[in-house]
Amino acid sequence: MAILEVKDLTKNFGGLRAVDSVNFAVQPGEIFGLIGPNGSGKTTIFNMISHFYPASSGSIIFNGADITRTKTHQVCALGIGRTFQIVRPLKRMTVLDNVIASAFLRCRTMGEARKAAEETLEFCGLTPYAKHLARGLSIASRKRLEITRAMATRPTLLLLDETAAGLNPGELDEAIALIKQIRESGVTVVIVEHIMRVIMAISDRIHCINHGQTITEGTPREVANHPEVIAAYLGHGGGGQYADH
Amino acid sequence: MLRERGWELSLLAVLLVFPLAVQDAYFRHLMILVLLWVTIGTGWNLLAGYTGQVSFGTAAFFGVGAYTAGLLAHHLEISAWWGLLLGGPLAVLVGFPFGWISFPLRGAYFALGSLALGEIMRLLATVWESLTEGMVGILIMQTFVSKVPYYYLALGLALASILVMELVTRSRLGYYFVSIREDQDAAASIGIDTTRYKMVSLSLHAFLTGTAGALYMNYMGFIDPQVVFSLSDISIMAILVVIVGGVGTIMGPVVGAFVMVAVQEIFRSGGFGGLKALTQAVGGGFLPVLTKYITQAHVLAFGVLVVVVIMTLPNGIVGDWSRIKRALRRG
Repeated sequence: MAILEVKDLTKNFGGLRAVDSVNFAVQPGEIFGLIGPNGSGKTTIFNMISHFYPASSGSIIFNGADITRTKTHQVCALGIGRTFQIVRPLKRMTVLDNVIASAFLRCRTMGEARKAAEETLEFCGLTPYAKHLARGLSIASRKRLEITRAMATRPTLLLLDETAAGLNPGELDEAIALIKQIRESGVTVVIVEHIMRVIMAISDRIHCINHGQTITEGTPREVANHPEVIAAYLGHGGGGQYADH
Repeated sequence: MLRERGWELSLLAVLLVFPLAVQDAYFRHLMILVLLWVTIGTGWNLLAGYTGQVSFGTAAFFGVGAYTAGLLAHHLEISAWWGLLLGGPLAVLVGFPFGWISFPLRGAYFALGSLALGEIMRLLATVWESLTEGMVGILIMQTFVSKVPYYYLALGLALASILVMELVTRSRLGYYFVSIREDQDAAASIGIDTTRYKMVSLSLHAFLTGTAGALYMNYMGFIDPQVVFSLSDISIMAILVVIVGGVGTIMGPVVGAFVMVAVQEIFRSGGFGGLKALTQAVGGGFLPVLTKYITQAHVLAFGVLVVVVIMTLPNGIVGDWSRIKRALRRG
């Protein structure tokens, strides 16, 4: 059974149809890539899953239960963690305190929450920054803090929104390693990403959308060779330089 | 721990012996006001400083607490001291529907709504004469002639409110409040029911403020709508106490209460009576007029003070203490 199923999901912003009858199913344990050019509706799909906006129509099924109308905090409590494209750490708190705030979802006492937060920081490689204020972190560390905060809520499904944007090549490799490590720990990952190098390297399957509509779905190789995907990214007549990945 | 807390413990020691050392009724009265403001400021700090929900309606809860105590004695001939127990819960009750309506909304709605709430309560207390006696106000017999019992009650309440603050900031509640203040969407995304926790914060604020209001009634023996539902002297004053002292710091409202009560009193009394003495010495002229204007100008002075504090010490006296120390050393 799919862990997450999106059925005919549609979002209208006034007269604009940002997402148009999108369907996909994510299997437990996989890394599922969601790609598409700027403004194609990827983040809107995430925002409907975590219920920052209600879906105009269609449904979202998580572990067999309909969560289309479930509130944001309840979606998280059910086991869906997410990060934001624009990083949103609690700026005036330390890195550790940021993660403790998340850990309280599954912990009752301060002691338990602190312990869980320290473990998650270790897992995500942020322990050296535990005492730093969140606003003083580099972009790479902030992105990592976003992932750490989401992981501290102990999700079974993690939605990653452009966690690789703004990273240098070395940091990209570290980010890829972290995402793989998260999957190995048993968490299913849905990732929205612009950087092809990342998405091609880690995704088991990729779903590509443009103008809110599905173009294709398949393995990274299949998607990269699909003529409409190439056209959407490079314009018609563009080359296929991603195909070799 | 003890070292870090050195000045706080010394302050506590001074406060404990103050009424024994100082016999003057006027200064005892001012200290009781300071302690009441510590409680009210701490409550506002919890809601606005920690949870990020700026309220202009503190007077609503203060007045409800005060009237709870006053009306128990006035109508039911029950001791006004029961107001200390009931004033807080009643203030929470008033806050509940208000929070319920305004918290799911974003932006300035809560702040605007709180302003309206304070004014609605003031008008209600003014017009509903059969219950509140309107502008005539409520007069009750004070239990004690001495100010000392009131002083220690106010001190106990102030200590209790700081204790609540200490406990909250070290618990799940504190983490949730600050998360909501910093970013409401991010807070919801880590599983925090933001509306519910904002309600909890509002209730704590209302409870502390209402209890302080009930103590005020017992202490002063007289209230009317203009006094306890005052926008400038209660709601705005609460904001100033916290901003001057340090928003989002536990000791901020303590320091702010001392400063603001002093400022308010300097203006109201014309430099503790100094201007009046000067007028008598000089014998008239323009001074009586000046004195009259200055004593009425404390609200204006509040405004000027806030502008100065925000420009020079944006984090308040406690929040910018290290900066103040550096400046003093240089100077």
